[in-house]
Amino acid sequence: MAHLNLFAFGIYPYIAIAIMVLGSWIRYDREQYTWKTSSSQLLESKQLRKGSIAFHIGILGIFLGHFAGLLLPKELWYLFGITSSMKQMIAIVAGGIFGLICFYGLTILIKRRLFNPRIRATSNPMDIAILLLLYAQLILGLLSIFVSMGHLDGTEMLKLMAWAQNTVTFNSVAAAESISSVHWIFKLHVFLGLSLFVVFPFSRLVHMLSVPVQYMRRQHQIVRQRFVR
Amino acid sequence: MKVRAQIGMVLNLDKCIGCHTCSITCKNVWTSREGVEYAWFNNVETKPGIGFPKEWENQQKWNGGWVRENGKLQLKIGGKRRILANIFANPDLPEIDDYYEPFDFDYQHLHNVGDTKHQPVARPRSLISGQRMEKIEWGPNWEEILGTEFEKRKKDSNFNEVVQKDIYGQFEKTFMMYLPRLCEHCLNPACVAACPSGAIYKREEDGIVLIDQDKCRGWRMCVSACPYKKIYYNWKSGKSEKCTFCFPRIEAGQPTTCSETCVGRIRYLGVLLYDADRIESAASVANEKDLYQAQLDIFLDPHDPAVIAAARAEGINDNWIKAAQRSPVYMMAMDWKVALPLHPEYRTLPMVWYVPPLSPIQSAVQAGHVGMNGEIPDLKSLRIPLRYLANMLTAGDEAPVVRALERMIAMRAFKRSQQVDGVEDLDVLKQVGLNAVQVEEMYRYMALANYEDRFVIPTSHRAYAENAYDLKSSCGFTFGNGCGDGNNDVNLFGTKAKGVRQVIPVELKD
Repeated sequence: MAHLNLFAFGIYPYIAIAIMVLGSWIRYDREQYTWKTSSSQLLESKQLRKGSIAFHIGILGIFLGHFAGLLLPKELWYLFGITSSMKQMIAIVAGGIFGLICFYGLTILIKRRLFNPRIRATSNPMDIAILLLLYAQLILGLLSIFVSMGHLDGTEMLKLMAWAQNTVTFNSVAAAESISSVHWIFKLHVFLGLSLFVVFPFSRLVHMLSVPVQYMRRQHQIVRQRFVR
Repeated sequence: MKVRAQIGMVLNLDKCIGCHTCSITCKNVWTSREGVEYAWFNNVETKPGIGFPKEWENQQKWNGGWVRENGKLQLKIGGKRRILANIFANPDLPEIDDYYEPFDFDYQHLHNVGDTKHQPVARPRSLISGQRMEKIEWGPNWEEILGTEFEKRKKDSNFNEVVQKDIYGQFEKTFMMYLPRLCEHCLNPACVAACPSGAIYKREEDGIVLIDQDKCRGWRMCVSACPYKKIYYNWKSGKSEKCTFCFPRIEAGQPTTCSETCVGRIRYLGVLLYDADRIESAASVANEKDLYQAQLDIFLDPHDPAVIAAARAEGINDNWIKAAQRSPVYMMAMDWKVALPLHPEYRTLPMVWYVPPLSPIQSAVQAGHVGMNGEIPDLKSLRIPLRYLANMLTAGDEAPVVRALERMIAMRAFKRSQQVDGVEDLDVLKQVGLNAVQVEEMYRYMALANYEDRFVIPTSHRAYAENAYDLKSSCGFTFGNGCGDGNNDVNLFGTKAKGVRQVIPVELKD
């Protein structure tokens, strides 16, 4: 069991991140024609608008929450006078709200993808798989709120923070140890989350790396030369 | 002055017979693939009608093109911030049903139906879902020769401010014309400005607007921003595609496929030199009716020594300058002013121009329905309302449309008197501000329309500009992505193989 724990939370994270980084790199380099949002709005717009906006707002909120919650060291939070239990409360409330927004959007998107004949017929297996994976991960995350409600002192959360921070500082043994005693829902949530990193370069999720921020700065018109003189 | 060259096009609507040859050859060359069955880089619409996609000219509905706000140009779909704010779901995107659901017929059914009491029929099937379609609702030429009832066709925005438009629904008063449409390869393209990824660009050498298929991420803002709705989202590849002006042909000095195959010989291709520094000021003049003149003003005279020197300084080859001097597009747009831009009020400075249709007038004159104004019939009592043409071609200003039509009538009157009566009727020319030499040229270009007069396309000297050695063993024309198409049997990233149309299932179910 300890070996399994060490593999899943001490070694697997590095495998997952390596696949994500290298896979994305290779795809961007060699298969850029496949690098896209894969929008199906042309085929169905109304449900997409309802679902996609809510989904994206929700998941961006959740993503930022996880980033700040897991990776910012606890000393930084104490500096602002936020104790672990207060921080856990913030995480429960903010995560719950964004989680529900995301759940609403994702439910619409999955229903649309599975039951709209046009969308279903034009979907890749990966388009469906990625939605279902995200759905399972979101539901696990929402369920973990109920576990957290059972102990509001923030200790479970500190273990998860220790795992994340040990992982990014390459203390893999310490990382696996710090997470070994958390509730299984958290473990499953973390494992599935890492698996999302694995599928990332093989799915449409890559479009999040192409957020067009540079659009704000560029000129309206673009002129290119066919042949460089 | 920054001189740039552009290949422009003129379509002589007076001679368009609406045969759709241009659309079909274009389709066969460019969009006979899964994902773009519904896309017609070139389509021919019968006007009046709402067109393809439905009501594409109604920018209150689709928000295409530019608007002028506080003296500055802004995309009608919104500023950059609003475009990015709408990136999760584009509020101004037409759906497939605004174009049409692509379909094919169950021809196989005719072969294996067996013995039946009734004649078997091949029923339509969706090329998207593969399901049976009960009814085909729309298409790229749905209103062909006044198909569909007037109540629906009168939503055509060119009817705005046409007096008593309802009378054109009556059989005796009805009128029609053809409008072949393709990408306008604008000087101030809204699609380029709207692309969040910066994937769309205008080529400096010939002004052709292209989408970099590698860089396109499928945000779909170009589809909304283009007021002509000539960018199509490929639902299979997830990228936008558009008319390429057949650039591989143009580079080789050949006309585009639509132009080459036009049986009515209505299409002209030629070089225009323009001042790129004045694009913004021309596109942002205050009054919409001044946009046509503003665009004429940025075109440069290719015979002017100062222009030639400036063009050379920009690296424009002499064969391009020579082509600009013989350009039929320049003659029709600038010298004779018979060609007019399509919807200049969108402020994109379009570069595919149109000669307004004349024929319905002439037949009315012969039947004695039209009053004469000297030699020229009074255009006020035309079959096609002037205002309708002006809304389409000059932002509602009737004077340029009248001038173009009168000059074409004068050309006919002059040539008829010359050929039939053996006299040169110079009065009729004086009335429209032309001389005999000009009219002979007009006649040669517009009536005879020889191949080498219609298409004056300089080659880009690709063999010199490119290092041919680098191209050895390369892949020629591709969708980007190098030689790979993103698809092979063991590809982790790709989709179903292209070119395999598994849309109509082998096993038919009802």
